[in-house]
Amino acid sequence: MKFLSFMRGEVFERGIHPPENKQTAEQPIKRMPFAPRLIVPLSQHIGQPAKSIVRVGQEVVRGQLIAEADGWLSVPHHAPASGVVEAVELRPSARGPWAESIVIRVFQGSTQEVLAANPRDMDSLDPDAIIRAVQETGMVGLGGAAFPSHAKMAVPKGSTVHTLVINGCECEPYLTCDHRVMVEEANDLIRGIRYAMRATGAVRTVIGIEDNKMSAVAAIRDALARQNIAPTEIAVEDVPTKYPQGAEKMLIMALFGVEVPSGGLPLHFGIVVLNVGTLAALGRLLPAGEGLVERVVTVTGPGVARPGDYRVPLGTPMSFLLDYAGAPAKSRQVILGGPMMGQSAASLNVPVTKGVSGLLVMRDIELAEREKQKTYPCIKCGECIESCPMGLNPSALGMLASKRLYEEMGSQYHLGDCFECGCCSYVCPSGIPLVQQFRIAKQILRERAVA
Amino acid sequence: MSAKIEIRTAPHIKGPVTVETIMRHVVYSLLPICAFFIYQYGISAATLIVVVTASCLLAERLFVKLGVQSGDSSDFSATITGILLALTVPPGFPLWMGVVAGFVAIGLGKALFGGIGFNVFNPALVGRAFAQAAFPSAIATYTPSFVQGRFTEFIPSSLALPFMTPADSAAWAMGLKIDSWTGATPLAQWKSDKIIAPLIDLLTSLAGHMPVGPAPMLIIICGAYLAARRFMDWRIPIATVGGACLTGWILFTIDPVRYPDPLFILLSGGLMLGAVYMATDMATSPVTPRGMWLYGGLIGLLTVVIRFYSGLPEGVMYAILIANAVTPLIERITQPTPFGKGIMRKPKRNAAYQLTPEYLSKIESDAAKDLKAPRGRK
Repeated sequence: MKFLSFMRGEVFERGIHPPENKQTAEQPIKRMPFAPRLIVPLSQHIGQPAKSIVRVGQEVVRGQLIAEADGWLSVPHHAPASGVVEAVELRPSARGPWAESIVIRVFQGSTQEVLAANPRDMDSLDPDAIIRAVQETGMVGLGGAAFPSHAKMAVPKGSTVHTLVINGCECEPYLTCDHRVMVEEANDLIRGIRYAMRATGAVRTVIGIEDNKMSAVAAIRDALARQNIAPTEIAVEDVPTKYPQGAEKMLIMALFGVEVPSGGLPLHFGIVVLNVGTLAALGRLLPAGEGLVERVVTVTGPGVARPGDYRVPLGTPMSFLLDYAGAPAKSRQVILGGPMMGQSAASLNVPVTKGVSGLLVMRDIELAEREKQKTYPCIKCGECIESCPMGLNPSALGMLASKRLYEEMGSQYHLGDCFECGCCSYVCPSGIPLVQQFRIAKQILRERAVA
Repeated sequence: MSAKIEIRTAPHIKGPVTVETIMRHVVYSLLPICAFFIYQYGISAATLIVVVTASCLLAERLFVKLGVQSGDSSDFSATITGILLALTVPPGFPLWMGVVAGFVAIGLGKALFGGIGFNVFNPALVGRAFAQAAFPSAIATYTPSFVQGRFTEFIPSSLALPFMTPADSAAWAMGLKIDSWTGATPLAQWKSDKIIAPLIDLLTSLAGHMPVGPAPMLIIICGAYLAARRFMDWRIPIATVGGACLTGWILFTIDPVRYPDPLFILLSGGLMLGAVYMATDMATSPVTPRGMWLYGGLIGLLTVVIRFYSGLPEGVMYAILIANAVTPLIERITQPTPFGKGIMRKPKRNAAYQLTPEYLSKIESDAAKDLKAPRGRK
C-alpha cells in the first residue's frame, strides 16, 4: 500500500514485497568439497569468451591461469582445483546451449591450496594498474550479471566518478550469499572498496543494504569503526526492504533520490555501482595476486534438506552441489539465481559459473500450486502498473503482445525500459505471464532491428 | 535427484491475489449492504437480490456453454453484477423484470464483448439502463422503507406475472397511511419541490420511511475495507465524490437558492453506491493512476449536470456509462511516465544522501582531481 510504503520511508516508487524466505541468513558459509570433475566454461561472463591456454593431459594447480582474456571486454579463468585437464570440448551450459569448456579431473589426494599466486603491493599501483589487476583476477559481477568488473570500474574518458555505490541489497527472496559475505568478510569488503575507489577516482562510498539484513549493516559499521573510517568516506545505509531494490537504478533512487535517465548509466551522475560480493572477493584476491576460483552460492528452496551458503569451487556440477545439500528426488525445477529473475537450469550436469548466486530447488508441491491457478483475460485491475518500478504500463503492453503489435510496444509503450524484474507477473491476479511476453517481444524487436 | 527437471520462465513465485480472491472479497463486502437493504425492505428485497443474481449466473453459464464468452461462474463476477443490479432498482421491482434485466446485463453488457475483462460498459448498469428504457414506470415506483410486516409480506408489485401490469404499489404505499408519504425519493422531492431531506437521515438511511437505498455510511465502510485490502482502487471513489462535490459546490456558491448543498448531492440517490461499486469496476475503468482521477472526476461532474439539467432525477448511471465509453481515450492520454523519462528538477526530498558530495573541502576535491589526473587510457 502506498501509505505503508510512505510510512516505511521507501524512496523508490512501486515495487513489491514478496515473502523473503531467507532461511539461510543466520548460518555461516560452509565449504563445499571438490567434485571429481570440474567443468570450466570459457564464457562465464558478458563479452568475448576467454581463450584456452591448456592442452588435454596437462596438469594444472589450483589458481593457475587456464584461459586468457580475449580483448578488453573479456576475463581470464583460473583452474578451480589442482588436477589434470581431461578435455577441452563442448559441454552443456546452464542456459541451454553447449559451450566450449575445460574439464579438469581433480587430484583426490591434493591439499588444494592455491599455489599459483603473485602477491602485489597494492599501495604502489596507479588506477590503471589496479584495473589491469582486477582483470587478471578474472572478476565479474558476482551479483548475477557477470559483467566484467574491470570494465565497470574503468571510467570512460570525459566522465568523472565521485561516488561508489556498493550494492548489498540482495532483494531477491531466498538468496543470502551477499548477506553472509557482508557479515563474515567485512574487512575484505572494505579493502575492496578502497581499491575500487582508487581505481575509479571516487571520493566517497555508500553501501546500500536492505533493512532485513541489519546484522550485515552492524558488521560493516563495526569494521569501519575499528579502522577509524569516517562515514563521509564510506557510509553504510539501510534502505527499506523492497523488491527490486537491487536494480542499480532503484538503489540510486533509494539513496540519492534521482532517476537515472532512460537508456543512461549511473555514470551519468558520476556514480559506479558494484556488488558487495565482487568487492569482498577483490579485497582478498588483489593483494594476494590470485584468480577467482570459488564463489559463495546459496543452495536453498523447499526442496533442499540442508540449505545453506556454500563456498563452491567454480565448475562444480550442479548435480554434485545438490546431492551434497540434500535435494530429494522429488525436485522438479532448479533455478539459477533468485526466484524473481533467476533462470531454470536446463540440465543438472552443468557447472556453477561466476554469475551463479544461488540454486533454488522447487518440489512438485510448489509447482503444482502454480499450475492450479487459472489464467484469466486481463481484468485491468492496474496492479501491474502499481508495481512496475520502471513506471511502465504492463497491462497495455501485455494486451499489445497478445495481438503481436511488437513495434507499438517498443515505440509507444517504452518496452525497452523493462528490465524483466518480474513484479508485474508476480502481482497479476489473472496469472498472465507478462514478463515472458515482454521477453519474446524484445527478442523479436532485436531480430527485426538486425534484419 | 531425478534427472527430469522442468524449464519455466521467471518469476518463479507468484503473489497470492487472484481474480477469484478479488471478486470474492467484493462479494463479501457487498453482503452487509445486502443485509441492510433486506432490513429496509424485507422479503421483497431479499427475493429480488436472489432472483436477479441467479438470473445473471444462469445467463453467464448459458453464454459460456454457447461459446459466446470465456470464463466460468467460479470467478464471482456475475454474482457481483447481479447483486449490484438488484441494489439499483426499487425493492418492489417486479421479479420477472429483474430476471430480464439480469439476463440483459450479462448478455449485452458482458457476453457480447467476450466475457470478463473485455466488457466496455459496467454490465450491471447496462442491465439497469435497459430496465429503465423497458420498464420506465416500474423502475420509478418507490415504496417506503421499514414498513410494518415487511418480512412476511411482499410489496405487491414484486410478484407481478410476466407481461402483465404489475399491482399498483404506489397505491398500496398510499394505503399504508404513512405520514408525509409522497412516493418520491429525496432526489425527486428536491427536483420537484426543492425540499432537501435532513443530511443525517440520508447518511444513515434509518429515519422514517424514506424510500432510499442502503445507507451511504455503510457503503463507505464496506468500500474502505476493499480499498484497504487493495481489491479496489481508492482513487476512483475519491475522484468521483470530489468531482461531484466540487461541481455542486461551485453551483451552490453561484446560486444557493436554485442548487442544493453539495453534501445533499453526495448522500442522495445512488452516488455513493455508484462511486464505490460501479465506477470502480476494473474492466471498465482506466488502469492508469492519472486516468483514474480524470475518470472519477468526469463521473462526478456528469452526475451533477444530469441531475440538475436533465429530465431525470438521477444521473449516476448515465454518468458512469458515458465515462466507461471515454475510458480508452482517457487511458490514451494518461499513460504513465516511465522511470528516467520524466523531467526531474531536483532529487526527492527524503533521499538519504546528496547526489554530489558537498562536504568535500577544496583540498579534498583537488586531491580527488589529482587521483584522476594520471589516467591516460583510451
